[in-house]
Amino acid sequence: MTTYYSEEHEWITVEGDSGTVGITDYAQNALGDIVFVEVPEVGNSYDKGDEIAVVESVKAASEIYAPISGEVIAVNDALEDEPALVNAQAETDGWFYKVTISDADELKELMDADGYKAFTAGLE
Amino acid sequence: MLNKQGRQTDIVNLTELPQDSFATHSGNRGLEQDELLIYEIGDTERTGVDLEEVENFENRLGGITREDKIGLAGLSEPETMRHYTRLSRMNYAIDMGLYPLGSCTMKHNPRINEKVARLPGLADIHPLQPMSTVQGALEAMDKLAHWLKTLTGMPAIAMSPKAGAHGELCGLMAIRAALDKRGENRSIVLAPESAHGTNPATATLCGYKVKSIPATENGHVDLEALKEALGPDVAAIMLTNPNTCGLFERDVIEIADAVHDIGGYFYCDGANFNAIVGKVRPGDLGVDAMHINLHKTFSTPHGGGGPGAGPVVLSEALAPFAPVPYVVHSKQGFALVEHMEDGSDSFGRMTAFHGQMGMNIRALAFMMSHGSDGLARVAEDSVLNANYVMASLQDDMTVSYPGPCMHECLFDDRFLNGSGIATLDFAKAMIDEGYHPMTMYFPLVVHGAMLIEPTESESKQSLDQFIGSLRHLVAEAKAGNTELFSGAPYLAPLRRLDETLAARKPVLRWTKPE
Repeated sequence: MTTYYSEEHEWITVEGDSGTVGITDYAQNALGDIVFVEVPEVGNSYDKGDEIAVVESVKAASEIYAPISGEVIAVNDALEDEPALVNAQAETDGWFYKVTISDADELKELMDADGYKAFTAGLE
Repeated sequence: MLNKQGRQTDIVNLTELPQDSFATHSGNRGLEQDELLIYEIGDTERTGVDLEEVENFENRLGGITREDKIGLAGLSEPETMRHYTRLSRMNYAIDMGLYPLGSCTMKHNPRINEKVARLPGLADIHPLQPMSTVQGALEAMDKLAHWLKTLTGMPAIAMSPKAGAHGELCGLMAIRAALDKRGENRSIVLAPESAHGTNPATATLCGYKVKSIPATENGHVDLEALKEALGPDVAAIMLTNPNTCGLFERDVIEIADAVHDIGGYFYCDGANFNAIVGKVRPGDLGVDAMHINLHKTFSTPHGGGGPGAGPVVLSEALAPFAPVPYVVHSKQGFALVEHMEDGSDSFGRMTAFHGQMGMNIRALAFMMSHGSDGLARVAEDSVLNANYVMASLQDDMTVSYPGPCMHECLFDDRFLNGSGIATLDFAKAMIDEGYHPMTMYFPLVVHGAMLIEPTESESKQSLDQFIGSLRHLVAEAKAGNTELFSGAPYLAPLRRLDETLAARKPVLRWTKPE
């Protein structure tokens, strides 16, 4: 089980040929209190970089971009009633959706935990 | 206590009064009254008016008579009047003080506009009256259209759109119609990161996919990234100039040329036209379509549920696709063309009637009372005021992009780093200082944005007072007085509201407590 990170502040934890996607703790902190999450529909396929979800906080609405291409196989329904989960546990219970990995090579374009840490440190 | 000029104003030292323990029986604070909901003042069980029972009443509604209660609160006339008058006193308005809401241009609405708009010959007419009886009103519309075309250097105009965003829709529909006429099915509209949210919304509504263009570190559109994004599938670019960072896009002509080279159109968001009116003609910059928010540049009243107006000027290329109606004049006088002529390329009609007449009249009054030199002064003074605010605060707050700026100045939250105070807290503390906060967290290209637009309405004295308040707050923040911010506002009718709870679990309907 390995977790990768994108420059758009999404994380994906890979298990076999599928992955779980959410936004990072850094991202939820920057967004502030999250009041609404729109997750994709199960069965839809997206290319890497497509707008796949929307997060609204008290500050702004932000698009979430698919960190990897594939078909959505599950979504986190709990976020509909409790979007605050993303603030509380961005990288565990606040996950957005699960996806099949159609091209494992795309993972190579993402960062590992240390790489992401250095990336966000550079943004401060 | 001393007033702003150092004059003694009160006989009681307010600071000696017990603050939070000063609870009144009524919940009011002096003449500042704690306002209840209208349902809490009135009662669904009583009524404010007594209507006599009608004798020999015959119900002809058949079986569809309402049987359950309608549930409206009954209030007497004085109770109703007082409720709404008290609420209106809690409003902050441009008529009460400086309103520095960036990108919104909260400027003074001159009273001469109101006087002219209330002339019975303009106020008491109906859109279905015979044209021969409304020649003056049609002439006023024609005159306004003429001056808007002259000021923008554009050959055609659509007067009917009823707001800025409606104008955007009009512009993109004209672009769509022009592309359809060419038999092209382009799918992408480009918009910079700093765009108003209405730009991508408009493009999406018109069926386009929006591609975002990043900003450079100087706050301008990244020209190289823009050129890379251009291609045969791009229908248009939507660009605000001056942009929402308060900067003039110097590459605008090169951008227009690049978009035209690939066969696309240049939509200019005219929200910030007030910074360049009388100075720059968008037509000379290669613009194909631009809306003009009459409530910004031409001082018609703002918001509050009132009508807006967003006329759209169009280039030669888009002119044939303009919507109906429009005013024409001949020896016989003025007339409205209400229907598309046979073979017309017009994309149709956007509104039931002819646009917001009251707003048109006010805008025309503003124009004619200012004259061409006066309108240029509007741009000059709005830019001067914004630069005065920016220069005065640049050592206290962090300026996002080096000046000079145009009509608004952008700060970010770096000056609050490490203080534990966020942009939101800072804005709330401004309410205690007696100011409506500036625009917060927009544009999105900087962190914790604070966008200030003083407009040309403010005197130097008024700006100095405002700058003094902000400097005071910055000093308090830097001194670590976080309490002044974290609980603010302390002096408003209501204290800090739970915006998160309000957004997550909004209470949209009053229900009687058990």
